[in-house]
Amino acid sequence: MVNNGPLNGVRVTEFTSAWAGPYATCLLGFLGAEIIKVESMQRPDHSRLLSFTTGKKFETVNESEIFNNLNLNKRSVSLNLKKPKAIEIAKKLVRVSDVVIENMRPGVVPRLGLGYDVLREIKPDIIYLSSSACGQTGPDREYIGYAPTFAALAGLPHITGYEDWPPSNFMGSIDLRSASTAAFAILSALYYHQQTGEGQYIDLASQEAIAAFAGDIFLDYVMNRNVQIRKGNKDAVMVPHNCYPCLGDDNWISIAVTNQEEWECLCRAMGKPELMDDDRFSDLSKRKANEEALDMIINEWTKNQDYYDVMRNLQDAGVAAAPSMTSEALFNDPHLKERGVFRQTDHPVIGKNWVIGPPWELSETPAALRSHGPLLGEHTDEIFQDYLGMSVEEIQALREEQVIY
Amino acid sequence: MAGKALNGIKILEYCDTVSGAYCTKLMADLGAEVIKIEAPGIGDGARRKPPFPNNIPDPEKSGLFLYINTNKYGVTLDPSKPLGNKIFKELVKDVDILVEDKPPGEMAKMGLDYDVLNKLNPGLIMTSITPFGRSGPYKDYKAYQLNISHVSGQGYLLPMPALKSDRPPVKVGGNSGNFDPAIVASVAIMAALFWKGKTGKGQFIEMSKQEALMSMQRVESVTFPDSGINMTRVGMAQKRSPDGVMPCKDGYVVVVTPEEHQWESFMKLIGDPDWAKEEWCKDWINRSGNVDRIQEPILEWMKEHTKEEIFRKGQAMSVPAAPMNASKDVVESPQFNARNFFVEMEHPAVGKIDKFPSSPYRFSKTPWKIERPAPLLGEHNEVIYCERLGYTKEDLEKFKASETI
Repeated sequence: MVNNGPLNGVRVTEFTSAWAGPYATCLLGFLGAEIIKVESMQRPDHSRLLSFTTGKKFETVNESEIFNNLNLNKRSVSLNLKKPKAIEIAKKLVRVSDVVIENMRPGVVPRLGLGYDVLREIKPDIIYLSSSACGQTGPDREYIGYAPTFAALAGLPHITGYEDWPPSNFMGSIDLRSASTAAFAILSALYYHQQTGEGQYIDLASQEAIAAFAGDIFLDYVMNRNVQIRKGNKDAVMVPHNCYPCLGDDNWISIAVTNQEEWECLCRAMGKPELMDDDRFSDLSKRKANEEALDMIINEWTKNQDYYDVMRNLQDAGVAAAPSMTSEALFNDPHLKERGVFRQTDHPVIGKNWVIGPPWELSETPAALRSHGPLLGEHTDEIFQDYLGMSVEEIQALREEQVIY
Repeated sequence: MAGKALNGIKILEYCDTVSGAYCTKLMADLGAEVIKIEAPGIGDGARRKPPFPNNIPDPEKSGLFLYINTNKYGVTLDPSKPLGNKIFKELVKDVDILVEDKPPGEMAKMGLDYDVLNKLNPGLIMTSITPFGRSGPYKDYKAYQLNISHVSGQGYLLPMPALKSDRPPVKVGGNSGNFDPAIVASVAIMAALFWKGKTGKGQFIEMSKQEALMSMQRVESVTFPDSGINMTRVGMAQKRSPDGVMPCKDGYVVVVTPEEHQWESFMKLIGDPDWAKEEWCKDWINRSGNVDRIQEPILEWMKEHTKEEIFRKGQAMSVPAAPMNASKDVVESPQFNARNFFVEMEHPAVGKIDKFPSSPYRFSKTPWKIERPAPLLGEHNEVIYCERLGYTKEDLEKFKASETI
């Protein structure tokens, strides 16, 4: 498929696994960058083996729909980095790349001989990003982390959920927030490289990437010594601001009202104009004080309605309302259908497999889904031949030595 | 001037409250010149959002506004007025990037849609951030953070786990759901900037907030079409593994053990119990069938130990464990502070803030830096309108009188 993406011509070599590293380059791949994933049967990416999302375990390394969804458009080469020869080949790949990204535990990549100090000797203008849970420096730098732990360290679970319930756990989508942040950082460095010819090293800490999404919460503590805690769907200012039950099992509609005008629209749309004159709700501060009572009234109104009916009714009246969606609801939603958000890949092992397409439309240089996530080592031969000038015999020998493995 | 990744890039921001503002802040903090347009008189919506010092609302003192508008120039302008419209176009002529978040059709109504602006400035990268995008049945629907969080599928799964389903699903705490679209948009904008650097050409980028969040919920979003599974926040979802969020002596911790050796280390941490060596406790699949039986003694052990003990001792044994930090814990964290995540910031209305959140990346050549605090309302009207566009101070008075600025 033709690549008209804005990053066409940029080559990225990645030494990443799990979610946070792989999705950073998946984003760059959507935008046209060429992504070479270095991986090995010796220690396969766990997202090839197991889905922590659905609990599904995969029999082989090539049938994980999670891996597919996070590694679209990439090519894969297999290199067993335990072997010195594999390290030498990896360095040759770096020599023909613009960007390197890795997300191993801090300290591992330098021990392998693939640290920034080594690679910049080979390719002085390389852009090299290391993504880790806590960062490459500081007392906790070698701590292991996954989405649930670095979200916790960043303070997000403490403010998510209900105060009298435990704080919420956070799973993989938190990784993808770190990944998106990494992609932005790489692109900033890539722009600087375009202007100056200089590469550089970027040390990204996932716990800081998530903490950056809570900056105002920290400032509340710094300015007021106020430690915020979980408060459901409630907002500091807006009322009503919650999810309300609808027809069906565990179906909810979110309704958010910001100002007097929207409040009045809501009252009319509910067929309860008398609420506008109710002393308990006559202004914002009173509505905030009587939020529970107001929520009860809205609950009564929504509970026997289909959530789409409530959405249409309220949106037509100028009130922000939208359902809380399951995967099934998203998949069947007419708006998302029309916008083509769910896309199907044709995977050589899994067959037809649904993924989510690129999240933007670019008028001149479209982001695109060009191919399925690669099989492990699917492109070893073509890449080693085309970029490193290896012969078929050399490649065969490396396979026998389990350098390619 | 060397040393800034986005030095020389000019950005015009015509957005309200969080998403667009945080998007351009990411770039301003890396050296781009951002001119933020605010509504005359009332200013940006974030100015009215907490936290405020001593909880006293003041449009110049919102911690949220301060956080997401660092390094920007601030002007007031009403582009719906004829003169304001003319000035808007003059500003657009001189920038690389315009980010706007108006409802679909509103820019066109003011004669400021891409077709018009592109003729004035063919190199313009115009980005439109809207709740549901510019096409499809919901394009004119309103949505605030609460609605986006739920309609993207994220909220439905929170809190994870939920003790019961009789309480509504929740959004992520704080303003996180508003920051998400910002980071996703920034990736496409930077890629378009790279392409502009090569070709001189601009383009139009469209992004829906719903799809931005879905892009990061991509794994959870496709479980139904791919596997027929609707994940929920209650039920089996949290029961698959006898780890996760657990209460301890003084709060909560989270422990995850995706690798078998991590589980073994976790068992050593809790005293190497004999039951852990039995057949029904071997490997992830067996354990997921015996969650309650396994979790009971773990929870007993947790009760006797503090967050800090579990975190430090666990990590020392390579157990991926973390405390559920509150904002205070993050602000005081040795790791965050060793990496200077919090920096000093001085603002004319608020004074000195000694722990102001910075960024999650450390660039070796082009550091993140605060050059100036968030602007006061209209602070740079004179700099921009007189020094840049050549208007006189008398003109400015007239603009003010007509509420153009």
